[in-house]
Amino acid sequence: MEKLVISGLHVAVGGLEILKGVDIEIGRGEIHALMGPNGSGKSTLGYAIMGHPSYEVTAGTIELVDADGTRHNVLEMEADQRARAGIFLAFQRPMSIPGVRLADFLRHAVTNVRNPDRKEGHELLPMREFRSELKAKMSELEMDSDFARRYVNDGFSGGEMKRAEILQLAMLRPRFAVLDETDSGLDADAVRLASQSIAKIGGSDMGVMGILIITHHEQLLEHNIPHRTHVMLGGRIVESGGPELANELHKRGYERIRTAYPEAAADEQAMTAPAHGSLATAT
Amino acid sequence: MATGLQATSPLSESSTLALGEINKYDFRTDSPAVFKASKGLSAEIVSQISEMKKEPAWMRDFRLKSLDIFNAKPMPHWGGDIAIDFQNIYYYLKPADHQGKTWDDVPSEIKKTFERLGIPEAERKYLSGVKAQFESEVVYGSLQEDLVKKGVIFTDTDTAVREYPDLVRDYFATIIPPADNKFAALNSAVWSGGSFIYVPKGVKIEFPLQAYFRINAENMGQFERTLIIVDEGAQVHYVEGCTAPMYSTESLHSAVVEIVVKKHARCRYTTIQNWANNIYNLVTKRAVAREGAVMEWIDGNLGSRLTMKYPSVYMVEPGARGEILSIAFSSAGQHQDAGAKLVHAAPNTSGRIVSKSISKNGGRSSYRGLVRVEPGARKSRSSVVCEALILDDISRSDTYPYIEIEEQDVTIGHEASVSKIGEEQLFYLKSRGLSEAEASTMIVSGFIEPLVKELPMEYAVEMNRLIELQMEGSVG
Repeated sequence: MEKLVISGLHVAVGGLEILKGVDIEIGRGEIHALMGPNGSGKSTLGYAIMGHPSYEVTAGTIELVDADGTRHNVLEMEADQRARAGIFLAFQRPMSIPGVRLADFLRHAVTNVRNPDRKEGHELLPMREFRSELKAKMSELEMDSDFARRYVNDGFSGGEMKRAEILQLAMLRPRFAVLDETDSGLDADAVRLASQSIAKIGGSDMGVMGILIITHHEQLLEHNIPHRTHVMLGGRIVESGGPELANELHKRGYERIRTAYPEAAADEQAMTAPAHGSLATAT
Repeated sequence: MATGLQATSPLSESSTLALGEINKYDFRTDSPAVFKASKGLSAEIVSQISEMKKEPAWMRDFRLKSLDIFNAKPMPHWGGDIAIDFQNIYYYLKPADHQGKTWDDVPSEIKKTFERLGIPEAERKYLSGVKAQFESEVVYGSLQEDLVKKGVIFTDTDTAVREYPDLVRDYFATIIPPADNKFAALNSAVWSGGSFIYVPKGVKIEFPLQAYFRINAENMGQFERTLIIVDEGAQVHYVEGCTAPMYSTESLHSAVVEIVVKKHARCRYTTIQNWANNIYNLVTKRAVAREGAVMEWIDGNLGSRLTMKYPSVYMVEPGARGEILSIAFSSAGQHQDAGAKLVHAAPNTSGRIVSKSISKNGGRSSYRGLVRVEPGARKSRSSVVCEALILDDISRSDTYPYIEIEEQDVTIGHEASVSKIGEEQLFYLKSRGLSEAEASTMIVSGFIEPLVKELPMEYAVEMNRLIELQMEGSVG
């Protein structure tokens, strides 16, 4: 089975260590939920997987494993190479690119991801073909086709931004996707729609994905029952379980976890302390 | 305006970025001149130019007087460093002994030049008329037959002096007198070529008229002189393109453009300047807008070593409108000192300036603009928006906005912003499979999109392609 394998991952931002040894293995076709209190390092893991230049990997590995067992070192790849290798991150706060139409942006993105060896200036996907595919996807996701003519995330509502991320997921068809709080800022109906959309995209009819869903809520998991649920605290995964774990955390919060893992809870305290406090520790 | 996906796509459809085509404009034509004045500037040279053109005495005297003004005037104290050796320039070079009415009439080397630049093809597809100037003279001219019948005049200014002397004398140098500035004086002394356009009352020209200015020789000075008169209720869109090959020494382009837009008429003047980076581009452009008239300048500056250009609209009667949209792109060794000038000299006039600049690889872009409201220009409205994008730490952007208001009852707005391409924007695009270079180009194309979408589709495509060429190699 194709896998995304993360081992002993340590990540620092601005010299401050956020992830302190994360292990996670996602098979293609599996859904993993990643939960944890704010500031525990969930988004950091997403950025590190995608290759954000400010997130420095100080130890550990991220690898893509092909079906035949061939391993590829993801850490050696720039963000665009990772995208072309089949990794995707749905941003919690997507950036706006004024003046660039969503359709134009997507046509470049889709062309590059489907032709990983494409050089700049080489042919894009034929316009007609691309447009009809985009139109079909948008109608499946119940999106108005005018949406594609708007500038990327420019003046979008929070909900529209998340929908645009889901559309990109659908068009790019990655092998592995990290969805970083794709439900935040959405009302209940919108979350349900997002949950259905993700299930549809991730399911077999559009090409199987391995998905890591970062969420605080269980609604997003309604149509995406996780094979594994992981709990992050203080920059490490302290407990993993089945879907029932997500359920429990949603109902009861993180107190049991904090009590059970005092060392990680102490790290959480240090990480979320006021900036001058952590600076003092660092120096 | 037709701006489908195709026109606004930030990166081109085809492989125009292949290495061999990067310097599409950097080629030299081996074309012997019919006549080449000797180097340098003097009363003799000026008289010789006038004589070659068989001009009336008034024009010869005008030239000689202008030369005196040029010699007396100091260099501009603003803008960029002008290091021109005025005696090391050829002021007049006649490339052909007559102007072609068909492309087959044009000397074959020159014809090939314009074919490489795509002019005959554009003419067939979407233009109402064309003028092609090579060095000092217009070598080809055309105008659609139905426009000729309606009384539209589209010719070179030399021919206009001979054939329409009264019309020319009524307006020539009335909007930009030789004493306006040193380079207007220089142009007035040695001008040659340029377009003369007269659009009669009520005639609306559907497709653009285009002029293409090509400098080919080294140390050449090109001094075209354009005069456009849009009569009452008439309408015209004029487009100019400019290119030159790269030489190791400087050349000079110093044009004067005068426009009169009469009652309820409309004129749009679009420039896509892509001079080689050794050209000093010092140009004076000014329009007068009468009652209810609309004048629009769309000014794209990509090439040149130094450009100093501030298209102006003088709104002299009630209800006139002036609009200036400009884009400047400066890279290594380039300084774009570009801007705009709006003068509200009558009540209820309105104006808008939108200026966008991009600086990279040590390039410098400056916005220099003036909005002036004269006493009595009540209920005038103007807005100025300047946005600068800086792509790295070694490039520079400056803003010099001047506002002079001598009337109480007016609305004037000014906004300026400078930004850098953000790491977060780049990362977002890269996370979708775009290379760093593609991502930067896309952000830059998006930045200027609000102006590019004002261009007819063909020019929008061209503009985007030029931006891509400018972006080549900008990201290491």
